[in-house]
Amino acid sequence: MALLSSPFAKKTNSVTQMMLWVVGATLPGLFVLMYFFGVGVLVNLVIACTTALVAEALILKLRNRPVMPILWDGSAFVTAWLLALALPPLLPWWMTVLGTAFAIVFAKHVYGGLGNNIFNPAMVGYVLLLISFPLEMTTWLPPQSLAENPVGAIEAVSIIFTGAASNETTIDMLKQGVDGYTMATPLDHIKTELAQGYRIPEAETAPIIKGLSGAGWQWVNLAFLAGGLVLMAKKVIGWQIPIAVLLGMGLIALPLFFANSDYYLFPMFHGFAGATMLGAFFIATDPVTASTTAKGRWIFGIGIGAITVLIRTFGGYPDAIAFAVLLMNMAVPMIDYYTKPRTYGHADKKRKASEGVK
Amino acid sequence: MSDLDNKTIVKNGLWDNNPALVQLLGLCPLLAVSNTFINGLGLGLATLLVLAGSNASVSLVRNFIPKDIRIPIFVMMIASFVTNIGLLMNAFTYDLYLTLGIFIPLIVTNCAIIGRAEAFASKNRFLPSLLDGVMQGLGFTAVLCTLGALREMIGQGTLFAGAEQLLGSWATSLEISFYLTDAKFLFAILPPGAFVALGVLIAVKNIIDSRAAEKTKQRTNNQNISGDVITNE
Repeated sequence: MALLSSPFAKKTNSVTQMMLWVVGATLPGLFVLMYFFGVGVLVNLVIACTTALVAEALILKLRNRPVMPILWDGSAFVTAWLLALALPPLLPWWMTVLGTAFAIVFAKHVYGGLGNNIFNPAMVGYVLLLISFPLEMTTWLPPQSLAENPVGAIEAVSIIFTGAASNETTIDMLKQGVDGYTMATPLDHIKTELAQGYRIPEAETAPIIKGLSGAGWQWVNLAFLAGGLVLMAKKVIGWQIPIAVLLGMGLIALPLFFANSDYYLFPMFHGFAGATMLGAFFIATDPVTASTTAKGRWIFGIGIGAITVLIRTFGGYPDAIAFAVLLMNMAVPMIDYYTKPRTYGHADKKRKASEGVK
Repeated sequence: MSDLDNKTIVKNGLWDNNPALVQLLGLCPLLAVSNTFINGLGLGLATLLVLAGSNASVSLVRNFIPKDIRIPIFVMMIASFVTNIGLLMNAFTYDLYLTLGIFIPLIVTNCAIIGRAEAFASKNRFLPSLLDGVMQGLGFTAVLCTLGALREMIGQGTLFAGAEQLLGSWATSLEISFYLTDAKFLFAILPPGAFVALGVLIAVKNIIDSRAAEKTKQRTNNQNISGDVITNE
């Protein structure tokens, strides 16, 4: 028998490697997004990543930290990457810059940099933009197959940087579907229809609602699910949080659906609509801002899923992954405190109490 | 306590012990109302008048008030001043009165005011108390105006919008427009923007203070003089 000695872990799982895996695993989702919504998302990615690297470099300089090693660990890059994937494809460029810079400077470095931030930086940037520019942030294009005017690459770039396409098409025209009606995202559509007194079965007759959760969106979510499963298999992320998020959604959505399917969506719809899969697998699993204990991860994930469905159903916003993640980020210190595992060799409370009775 | 000289009182109110930046008192109106410069100035002036009046009158009656019930009495005195200011604003600056709304009567609950009555006016003579009230009020007003100006410029791209509400109709021309946009930066106008802006202001003050402290330290080291350092109250 060969004698083995430590260290046994030969491969170093550095921050950079993990970040690369995360970026790589989003690629299927990115391609599907581009297929259905044009190249806008790619332009957003470039803008956001450039901004993040510049902002990170500047603030590291300002804080007298070594710039290069921290810059190349890729954490700022991933923050920008995830934020850009969540943004509408034709968002004006300066909004992307603003959101990314705010995420890096205020959500990350004001708290002390990577590892010290309480809130998920990408989601802070997203929520900043969402509450500041609700109109622009909810302007999604219809899936290109349903669009009256499919958006080309040049038009997309032109709209992002100047607000209008070269051939006089405006974003309002691009938003129109083949039947001439302005299209929203499936979640937005359902919400608006319900507010106008329609019921779910009636709302679901629109061309944008197709399959599991709407044209385009189900494939986007399936692609992110696939990427997320790869991350799980590679053990870059734990399996508990994503499963808990989906479980949390089901816990709220299923009883509501059975209570009244005229007004509450089928749980599967929630699971494959909006940013669900991106949120569950890539955003909620951020190692810095998620709960770190075994039990805590379940509570954290279930909380995110439950809050998301509650806000989607009863709140003012069509999607709520970002709000749910930030709210649960706030609860993480308390969750960690109450779910601390028993240290080996120390008696737990129950046993101590019973021994005390003796 | 009572041997604070006037210069220290002025410096405390405006900088060293600023009610908003150092004591962090009265944050509710500070954050809620500072969405434009004029709103900030309006509420700041109202608070200033109440603070000066309550400090002055508390110091006049400080020896006649039973210690056990001094707080309710202070609150009643402050409330009567607030009522007066509210009525005056209702009469002379009606639009601003409507804009500020509930935050005018809520000046009563501004901890900065009861705090000054308790910490300063109940232990000092009339003139220092009046001066302290005015200076603390000015410090509060200055922060309100700075916050208001910042948030107004970032949020809606204007400065001095609505000046006519406070200064009369000639002041409409004071409004400066920096940029025109359909998409206002709502974050700066909403409460979260106020928290961030206040945090930034406090950070800036701390930077200035630490730079100044370093300079004095260097100077004292150079001159090798050990003198009595004036401490805060």
